[in-house]
Amino acid sequence: MTEPVVRVSQLHKSFGDNEVLKGIDLDVTRGEVVVIFGRSGSGKSTLLRCINFLEEPTSGTIEVGGVRLEPGPRTHRQREAIRSVRIKAGMVFQEFNLFPHLTVLENVIEAPVTVKGQDRAHSVAVAEELLAQVGLADKRDEHPIRLSGGQKQRVAIARALAMEPEVMMFDEPTSALDPELISEVLSVMRSLATETQMTMMVVTHEMGFAREVATSMAFFHEGLIVEQGPPGQVIADPQHAQTKRFLEAVL
Amino acid sequence: MRERLEQWSADIPFKVKLGMVWGVIALIVVFLFSLADFDVQWMLDHLWFIAQGLPWTIIICGLAIILAVTLALFGALGRLSNSAVAQGVTGFYTSFFRGTPLIVQMFLIFLALPQLAPPNLPGLRDSLTLTALQAGVIALGLNYGAYMTEIFRAGIQSVGHGQVEAAEALGMTYRQRMRRIVLPQAIRLIIPPTGNEFIAMLKDSALISLLGSVVAQMEIFRRAQLVGRADFRPLEAFVVAAALYWILTTIFQVFQAKLEQRLSTGYVRTLRVSTQPGVELVESEPA
Repeated sequence: MTEPVVRVSQLHKSFGDNEVLKGIDLDVTRGEVVVIFGRSGSGKSTLLRCINFLEEPTSGTIEVGGVRLEPGPRTHRQREAIRSVRIKAGMVFQEFNLFPHLTVLENVIEAPVTVKGQDRAHSVAVAEELLAQVGLADKRDEHPIRLSGGQKQRVAIARALAMEPEVMMFDEPTSALDPELISEVLSVMRSLATETQMTMMVVTHEMGFAREVATSMAFFHEGLIVEQGPPGQVIADPQHAQTKRFLEAVL
Repeated sequence: MRERLEQWSADIPFKVKLGMVWGVIALIVVFLFSLADFDVQWMLDHLWFIAQGLPWTIIICGLAIILAVTLALFGALGRLSNSAVAQGVTGFYTSFFRGTPLIVQMFLIFLALPQLAPPNLPGLRDSLTLTALQAGVIALGLNYGAYMTEIFRAGIQSVGHGQVEAAEALGMTYRQRMRRIVLPQAIRLIIPPTGNEFIAMLKDSALISLLGSVVAQMEIFRRAQLVGRADFRPLEAFVVAAALYWILTTIFQVFQAKLEQRLSTGYVRTLRVSTQPGVELVESEPA
């Protein structure tokens, strides 16, 4: 086994008195696709948001691509460490969060040019490739408002990929989509996993996608991972009563 | 009779009616002025002198709005920051300049500021002694900057949290986020009220006349006062001044409306000329 790309140890997160994560340990190795599922409020999204410090964990450590992070005051060094983790961990949001004042192409090249200082022409070439990969090459000069939800999410995926992350984190990427638009996003994610062997952490309720693509599934319940294993095992033969109950409800 | 009048009225386009109302008002005004010994010739003779204040009014407001926008930007960022220093300084600034009259601020900067210099430092005293124009620009800029801090703050806050998070998740620093993502979006909401502030400032710049200034640098109202009082023709002089301000503000309102239209890119679905032959216009629809 190679070194994990993401290593989460004893991660705790409380919002006031409400403890949302109660000690999460999770390793994601290169090329793995971990599907994280569980009831809403079980802490799945919070885990992703703690990994790139959009939420400051209460305690515990995060390691992404060899950079270790612990919660603490935002000193210059801490801010830079957080930034380097964010650059290594791409994130796709439920609500897409494309930049509405920029065109599709500009959305994709923004961070490579601004954050990484990449050459613009090179970034444009890469962005065009990525847009072709998500099937939106012809939309490069449109503004996001002219795109459907599925198209927006595919642009958001291309935008995150443009930073050449070591891991892609998907926070319920299809939950805000109309049913008929879900499959186009899932198929992009599927080819990302199977064709480019991207390391992925996916919070989703799409069990079909999980069964097909996941190398591992983690079931969240009340701030803990109560069950984890390959999809064949977790879906076919859940060990924990809560997992069983959840799967019965969604399948 | 009433019925017929209403019938007749219904056939006239609304815009024509509106024009007629304005015309009637103009006629009444002209009539009143003709009763009041209104010296048109005097007005025409002095129009040029008063109008020479136009560039000064515009320069004063141009410089002051640049100062105000700069202060408002940093003021807003300060008020939204986590730093006690930034919040304290900007809070004090906006509280003082919004809480005291503009005219008092003008006199503070023009007449009272030099007094702050210790008597044994005449050099400092000299450099704190400003011309009426300089003091006016600084006072206008400080005052409007304080009000516009709130405009900028609201604009920045209106940019969704998701935008900030997306930028953060891509590894952007605070500065990159503000410059590349938040401010370009906030500007859309900031420009219309800023335009209003600028128009209000055009009018408030008349207060500078109270500081007195050398003839070469006089703005509209100071010039109007000067000739109007000298010749006992205040009506003619101030009508000219009022007209000039009115024209100025109207021009800027039109300009502002155009700008607002341009800023809506990416927010309003627009009609586009199709590149396909045979199709003139296509309404953009998400595929």
